[in-house]
Amino acid sequence: MASTILEMRDITKTFPGVKALSNVNLSVEEGEIHAVVGENGAGKSTLMKVLSGVYPTGTYDGQIIFQGQECHFKGIHDSEHKGIVIIHQELALVPMLSIAENIFLGNEHAKFGIIDWDANEARTSALLKKVGLKEDPKTLITNIGVGKQQLVEIAKALSKEVKLLILDEPTASLSEKDSQALLDLLLEFKRQGMTSILISHKLNEVNRVADKVTVIRDGRTIETLAKKDISEDRIITSMVGRSLDDRYPPREPDIGEVVFEVKNWSVYHPLHAERHVIKGIDINVRKGEVVGIAGLMGAGRTEFAMSMFGRSYGRRITGEVLLKGKPIDVSSVSKAVEHGIAYVTEDRKTYGLNLIDHIKHNITLANLGGVSRHSVIDDMRELSVANDYRKKTNIRASSVYQMTGNLSGGNQQKVVLSKWLFADPEVLILDEPTRGIDVGAKYEIYTIIARLAAEGKAIVVISSEMPELLGITDRIYVMNEGRIVGEMPAADASQEKIMRAIVRGEGKAA
Amino acid sequence: MSTESAPAPQSKVAEDVPQRPRIAVSALATNLREYGLILALIAIMVFFQFTTSGTLFKPVNLSNLVQQNSFIIVMALGMLLVIVSGHIDLSVGSVAGFIGALAAMMMVIWPLGPFSNPLVVSIICLIVGGAIGAAQGYWIAYHRIPSFIVTLAGMLIFRGICQALLGGGSSVGPLPDGFKALSSGFIPDVIGPLTLIPPTVNAAGKTIMGSGLTLHMTTIVLGLIAVLAYAYFGLRTRRKRERHGYEAEPFTLFVIKTLVGSALALFLVYQFASYRGLPVVLLVMGVLISLFVFVTKRMTIGRRIYAMGGNAKAAQLSGIKTERLTLMVFVNMGVLSALGGLIIAARLGQAVPAAGLGSELDVIAAVFIGGASAMGGVGQVIGAVVGGFIMGVMNNGMSIMGVNVDWQQVVKGLVLLGAVIFDVYNKNKA
Repeated sequence: MASTILEMRDITKTFPGVKALSNVNLSVEEGEIHAVVGENGAGKSTLMKVLSGVYPTGTYDGQIIFQGQECHFKGIHDSEHKGIVIIHQELALVPMLSIAENIFLGNEHAKFGIIDWDANEARTSALLKKVGLKEDPKTLITNIGVGKQQLVEIAKALSKEVKLLILDEPTASLSEKDSQALLDLLLEFKRQGMTSILISHKLNEVNRVADKVTVIRDGRTIETLAKKDISEDRIITSMVGRSLDDRYPPREPDIGEVVFEVKNWSVYHPLHAERHVIKGIDINVRKGEVVGIAGLMGAGRTEFAMSMFGRSYGRRITGEVLLKGKPIDVSSVSKAVEHGIAYVTEDRKTYGLNLIDHIKHNITLANLGGVSRHSVIDDMRELSVANDYRKKTNIRASSVYQMTGNLSGGNQQKVVLSKWLFADPEVLILDEPTRGIDVGAKYEIYTIIARLAAEGKAIVVISSEMPELLGITDRIYVMNEGRIVGEMPAADASQEKIMRAIVRGEGKAA
Repeated sequence: MSTESAPAPQSKVAEDVPQRPRIAVSALATNLREYGLILALIAIMVFFQFTTSGTLFKPVNLSNLVQQNSFIIVMALGMLLVIVSGHIDLSVGSVAGFIGALAAMMMVIWPLGPFSNPLVVSIICLIVGGAIGAAQGYWIAYHRIPSFIVTLAGMLIFRGICQALLGGGSSVGPLPDGFKALSSGFIPDVIGPLTLIPPTVNAAGKTIMGSGLTLHMTTIVLGLIAVLAYAYFGLRTRRKRERHGYEAEPFTLFVIKTLVGSALALFLVYQFASYRGLPVVLLVMGVLISLFVFVTKRMTIGRRIYAMGGNAKAAQLSGIKTERLTLMVFVNMGVLSALGGLIIAARLGQAVPAAGLGSELDVIAAVFIGGASAMGGVGQVIGAVVGGFIMGVMNNGMSIMGVNVDWQQVVKGLVLLGAVIFDVYNKNKA
């Protein structure tokens, strides 16, 4: 039996108001590939940030024991010094520098500050050979694909004499072929005796390479499965096994005819012209119906919604959008809004709000015509509209003159919702409407959604939280890798069914 | 506190009553920056009034001050919108110089017949200015070339064309009197002067300049009308708010604000009236300032510019055509740069190759002193105007005091830095 290289004991990490991790235990043996799986927001990344010192010692409770020594990392430097290297989901390479420059960034072979380029490039070539990347060390990062960039990251890790390699969703943005190559490389490293932690929610990959799987849910360790016990079904049950309680307001669906339809919608990546992001999607939504789109991060749900909303994402967009059976032009945001479509973004701070302006101005922004005459804004009318929506959506603020940047996440979300409610749409697309907001505010958002459906709006909810979709929608589409891979009435759906549809790409799971 | 109460359904009373004083406080807080700036201007004026032994507020000096700085303030109006929308325009000084040269060539050198009429020339020049703004704005808005670079290129290009037009280092003039009136003229006294104290006559039978007291009655009447309108509209807005059940600010605050504002305005009107009346350029400036206050505060396009500067992506996803809006902001800047150029040429009575040289920096400084944010989304028209006057009064006051031009620059730089540090400090504290 190999010895334990890493042990994390009773790790508890709290953020203001949220317990992100609660007594998490993780034990990794030398020379194994240990997978950590869990839903989005389960706490996987937080755990790895604790391990790598991004959250320094003292900001969490519990012990980290690495190679028999208790460690108190004050920053990434400390953990890297010990040989723990983490490769993040978002790559941390400088695009306009070469491969060699990136690999030795901050760690150059130099004398008196003068870089010895020959030494750097020779070492780079050796490292690139190890990861199987055939590129000139002088090639700029920006000129190689994401898959190769991932390999450069790994080469960079190897340059630091890594003992424990942590990969956070390494294949999230890779093609099938690149993913396979990466996994093969991991297995090769394992043969050479390296230990790795693989964070992933692609269960087929986990199944293929992992020796052990630790499942995390709601910030707790659920169980650690040994190789012989690993199966997709077992992992799925463990990942989602929580009960639905009354976290959702009751509603009586009153569903009418089809209002909104999208046919054969197809979109290519805005930068990589050959990448087909959305591959021929058909969906429809009825009057008074709440339709969910389930899927994992990177499934293309946001890209789909934004490409429909005034071509705010992607290139070479083809397909048809129909409102009440008639094709409509959604080629610009203002046209989409005129036709009664509203998109409430998943990223309210970047795409939803003017954070340096107050609530009143934010609420009326998408429908200034509604508070003005001949382009002159009627101050009083605007104020009463803002106060009206503040009451309707229960925005908690001292007045409508409070800056939106100073509001809590839940109240910010209500401001964005108010903005689109005031635009009076017929079709409302809500992208992750409850991300990063507390339970109480979530309930209020659900109540608003239920009320809108009762008023006869057609509503699309994109969410990564499956219980939420099961709790508030009438029908669920499952999306994966730019395709609809399943459709089911919410009444028949379960988290297992959705998860199966995602991981197996099957339309109708048993 | 009311905001921390349970999320249970709130009654109207529970929600509205405790908030009234809060609205007043927040209204005061948001306006504090503006009031503070005006107070700073007054303090600076009083300071120079003492250090120049009373010269600053002399009617003739006030007229000079307005005529010397009006072009900065006119261009600052456009620059405010540029900066609020998150951009910068370095070309305004060069564009102003070029337009001045163009106007002079059209009026004096080129045989254009009826097209060399000052009014026609002015209109053509404003259109050319708009076209220049559109040409620069096109690259900024539709091709996302940074405005700093596009307008830096514009700064070089139009200064070059300006000098080339004037044929090397020479100046072109003199310009017709009708044109010069734009800068150095005063409004005609249609009502007729009122002599309170007859001027002293010297032994040679000539009147001594500056003696006696004759008031320019048209100026007085215009000033009174403006002050009454200011008070009336203020009251009307208040009444409208109250009718809708809202309260803007405490009545005493409103009264004090209106009285102080009116008293200051009337004092300045009196000073102008006791000299030669209201400078034409002050009237032009006043009309433009009112227009831009209205556009930024009340019109949808103004609101959209602020939203775009605050968060361009969010604005775009709210249906705002940000590209077209950016283009329009630069067209506006071009027209106002052209007007600035005409005012400079009219004041000098000729076009010179160095006209407006470096003035882009004064214009930008005025906007930042006035509280605009370099990140975009924040800034007020009145702030930029007061910022422009602060720069102008300091120029004027230090010149009268005999401070060396070199040191004047140092002081202006320190004031700009101080004002922005004050702003950032205040924001971080909040």
